[in-house]
Amino acid sequence: MSHLLDVTNLKTRFRTPEGTVYAVNGVSFHLEDGETLAVVGESGCGKSVTMLSLLGMIPIPPGEIASGSALYRGRDLLKLKDAQLEDIRGKEIAMIFQDPMTSLNPVLTIGRQITEALCVHTNMSKKQVREKAIELLKAVGISDPYRCLDEYPHQFSGGMRQRVMIAMALSCEPALLIADEPTTALDVTIQAQIVELVIRLRERMGMTIIWITHDLGVIASLADRVIVMYAGFIVEEAKVDDIYDDPRHPYTLALLAALPRVDHRRKQRLKSIPGAPPNLLIEPHGCPFAVRCEFAFDHCREENPQLVSIANEHQIACWLDTKTGKPR
Amino acid sequence: MPGSTPEFVMADILRPTEAQHLLTPDVLEAPPLSLSKMAWLRFRRHRMAIFGCVVLILIIMYSVGGSLFFSEAYANKTETTKRLQAPSAEHPFGTDTIGRDILARTIYGGQISLLIGLTAVIVQVFIGVIIGAISGYYGGWLDSVLMRFTEAILVVPQIFLLLVMAKYFGGQLPNINLFGRTLSGSVVVIILIIGLTSWPYLARIVRAEFLSLKENEFILAARAIGTPTNQIIFRHILPNSIAPIVVTATLGVANAITLEAYISFLGLGVRPPTATWGNMLEGAYNYIETAYWLWLFPGLLIVLIVLSINFVGDGLRDALDPRSRAI
Repeated sequence: MSHLLDVTNLKTRFRTPEGTVYAVNGVSFHLEDGETLAVVGESGCGKSVTMLSLLGMIPIPPGEIASGSALYRGRDLLKLKDAQLEDIRGKEIAMIFQDPMTSLNPVLTIGRQITEALCVHTNMSKKQVREKAIELLKAVGISDPYRCLDEYPHQFSGGMRQRVMIAMALSCEPALLIADEPTTALDVTIQAQIVELVIRLRERMGMTIIWITHDLGVIASLADRVIVMYAGFIVEEAKVDDIYDDPRHPYTLALLAALPRVDHRRKQRLKSIPGAPPNLLIEPHGCPFAVRCEFAFDHCREENPQLVSIANEHQIACWLDTKTGKPR
Repeated sequence: MPGSTPEFVMADILRPTEAQHLLTPDVLEAPPLSLSKMAWLRFRRHRMAIFGCVVLILIIMYSVGGSLFFSEAYANKTETTKRLQAPSAEHPFGTDTIGRDILARTIYGGQISLLIGLTAVIVQVFIGVIIGAISGYYGGWLDSVLMRFTEAILVVPQIFLLLVMAKYFGGQLPNINLFGRTLSGSVVVIILIIGLTSWPYLARIVRAEFLSLKENEFILAARAIGTPTNQIIFRHILPNSIAPIVVTATLGVANAITLEAYISFLGLGVRPPTATWGNMLEGAYNYIETAYWLWLFPGLLIVLIVLSINFVGDGLRDALDPRSRAI
């Protein structure tokens, strides 16, 4: 199987005046051509930093990539120079962000921003670029694209802006789209529209997608595989069906239990995970989830479990076999 | 209200109020105003700014249009028999100590003063924006070096710097031709030294803007599509910080005109015969009581232009303030 992206043992740190923040602690995963990978986890567990590290977009200093490699089509993204990365960003790998309200430059027209990647990465003429921009706006479902080109972001609603962001990211038809919580800031109906739009575009353009979210509900219809991250570690990796039908890591179980469900209404309160994600300023010792884990035992606090394969394409990092309730 | 019937009250409520009347379907359905339209609406309400604009335009018309009526040779022609004449029909603003017509000289002097004001600001904006942008965007040691350099220039009084530089660079300079006019080479020197000593304030303003703007998510988004750094700086961040730059530059024009007047008054500025409002004042202090017209007219023009530019700058500050969304 050809891997589009192969990330091994990525470690990202930030040296701040308060101390070193261990943001990403040895993350390894791979991406196959054309698949959609979802990355889930609470806020501040390293999802975004992982992706930003791959694209060379974390500020250095204070940021630092302590180790790891990220092979993209045979090239190690972590070792490329800035100019080479600029060449890849937007053309080969594009990224869309969480908050469409702040992700567009308020003083530039929509047309100017959509055509930016095309102007940077291709030699198209002004007229061709404009035509392509109109085509893109149509593709993301914006009515009256001719008028939109000359308008400014403040004249657009949140959903429309996110569509514009997607059009921007897809303008050079990248092989890989990294979507960093693209629906979090939108209301539910718009969320559904955006997810549907991305699915449609994925089929049309044959893109590979990394979809970062903390909403397990969104990814069911979208993803092929799911990575669950916690405190900068991958704690579970499985096919999307397995995550719902056969979750193994206590953190995944807890996340799923916290989902509101139509068939459970009023019978019980929503279950929440006690506590908060750990302070990443302290170098992790033992399993990072141990303090919040209802199954934790002594060994959990002493040694951090490695990711082990428990079934076909299903890996977890836990000392406990949650199915049998016995330590491994 | 006593005595009013319920029917009357009802009718009163149903009658469209003034506010409702203003919100016609046209207004409600019109697209949101663009940033520049909103700025213009706010600027228009600033009465003193409009007044400043009008005065400014009149002064520009005076000094540009006036050259249609008087030749430069006439403005520089000396007639020793007619020295220190009071305003009369022949010389409406009187004549100076060597018999030159003051009206014609204020016209040609105005061109030079305006030229110096505008071009010195261009120099100032160019240096200030580049240093501020690099400093704010890159940060780190580069920022430290550039900012210490900026502060080093700031701590020396500008007037002192100007006088030293004027004295140092203002030797014998060849005349230059511009738009069909022959100017003393000292004009270029004055422009450069005013520009070279005025940029630190602007550099600090631009740096502060860049420091906050670069943290915006749209900068991250722009980087994510591979926009090169120079484009991020000049096409993404700079347009966002244009408001304070425009305001500072506008006020800088007034400042440059005052500075030119100051050093010319001290005899270190633009060399005669090229007239400026500043060097027309040179020597006038000997005649403050006996020949008021020597200082009144150029002085008045300096006061008017500085005042009106400052009003315009104030108006622009209010109009371009992105935090003020009120129309």
